[in-house]
Amino acid sequence: MIALEPYLDLIISVVYVVGIVLFLSLFALFATWLERKVAGHIQDRLGPMETGGWHGWLQPIADAIKLLIKEDIIPAAADKKLFKLAPYLVFIGSLAGFAVLPFAANLIGSDLNIGVYYVIAVTSLVVIGILMAGWASNNKWSMYGAMRSAAQMISYEIPVALSLLIPVMMAGTMSMVEIVDNQAGGFWNWYVFRTMPFSLIAFVIYFWASLAEVNRAPFDLPEAESELVAGYFTEYSGIRWAMFFLAEYGDMFVVSAIAATVFLGGWYAPFPFLDIIPGPIWFIGKTAFLVFVQMWLRWTLPRLRVDQLMYVCWKIFLPFSFANLLLVGLWVVLKG
Amino acid sequence: MDFAPIFIFIAAAAATVFAALLVNRLIAPHKPDPIKLTTYECGEEPVGSPWIRFNTRFYVIALIFLIFDVEVLFLFPWAVNLKSLGLFAWIDMAIFITILGVGLAYVWAKKDLEWIKPSMGDIETIQRLEEQNNA
Repeated sequence: MIALEPYLDLIISVVYVVGIVLFLSLFALFATWLERKVAGHIQDRLGPMETGGWHGWLQPIADAIKLLIKEDIIPAAADKKLFKLAPYLVFIGSLAGFAVLPFAANLIGSDLNIGVYYVIAVTSLVVIGILMAGWASNNKWSMYGAMRSAAQMISYEIPVALSLLIPVMMAGTMSMVEIVDNQAGGFWNWYVFRTMPFSLIAFVIYFWASLAEVNRAPFDLPEAESELVAGYFTEYSGIRWAMFFLAEYGDMFVVSAIAATVFLGGWYAPFPFLDIIPGPIWFIGKTAFLVFVQMWLRWTLPRLRVDQLMYVCWKIFLPFSFANLLLVGLWVVLKG
Repeated sequence: MDFAPIFIFIAAAAATVFAALLVNRLIAPHKPDPIKLTTYECGEEPVGSPWIRFNTRFYVIALIFLIFDVEVLFLFPWAVNLKSLGLFAWIDMAIFITILGVGLAYVWAKKDLEWIKPSMGDIETIQRLEEQNNA
């Protein structure tokens, strides 16, 4: 028998990764169903009701099978190599973000000492994938969608990074696990409530800017259906399109999970006596709640115009983030 | 060793996309024809190439982004060690941010943060072109 011991870490990592891929797929299936249900109920209708009997719960499975057996069309005019490469980059950028999400103290892909920084870096890969998809499609809608998306995502990356600096500053570390550990012992210790009102402002800025990062409404200009058909993935069909979709739902989960980690106490319960309920349930619960808020906003707010989008980012979020950063910095220094 | 799981995540992501495309290739129909493979432009024949020159405001946004992103790069190590570095480091960073703040104020005053910035010259040109078209 081969000695497995030296490879134990590797085997555990591989099993964990497979688990995460399954989790992401299940989450995306559930989220598409939930999104349609939320949309339906907000618009005073029911959403899918037929497939599977109970509130259309089999609808996402039916959709997934449909996408899998659809013909894969690559336009003759497209740049084929880049067209095929783009979904890989987008999906890698999304899944790699899961590597540092702490579902519990020991349930994390890798507790990097640069965790927060790593997430910002790796999710930027999605921008390259989107720009590549838009350019390679050789289609005007895709090109406009990709250019808008790139401009929007890089602009909003700065408020996102500046808001994430505030919990980093308060914890004195970028490791996700250590940041969560610093928030143990009840909701009043969560970073969102620690330096009222500065960290609350940081949380709000992070949440809004992260909506723009994942191209969600009201910042969904890159894929504005009513003017750009489908934005950067207009030419993608079937399973290749589904990869973009999966990555988008993965990104929704990642940005919400980071908010839950650095601002909302990660796997800790709001009250210490509730810690008997396992950590991953709290972590996924908090994240799922933020995902629900993202959906709620999508079906409540109208889409912004491009100039309004840039106005909010550069003239409101950026100055406020800087002021916030310096004030929390002063607080951290004076408190010692 | 910390980074080994990261590479496994990246490999797993690529493998997932590859597997999905492979299954699709095996079970989905594949009947391309010239009409199906044309570029979508709302049912019309595509006019011109989308690979065109783009408005320079995208370039300006990219430049401003670059400046602030590099700044964020410097802010991260500062933020991690702020507690031990104390007030002096805070004053240092306050000066650094003020310098960039002046830069932001300059770009703001130059109206490069406005997405739509028609000058009077543009408006006159548009009016002249409209008159030519009407004539």
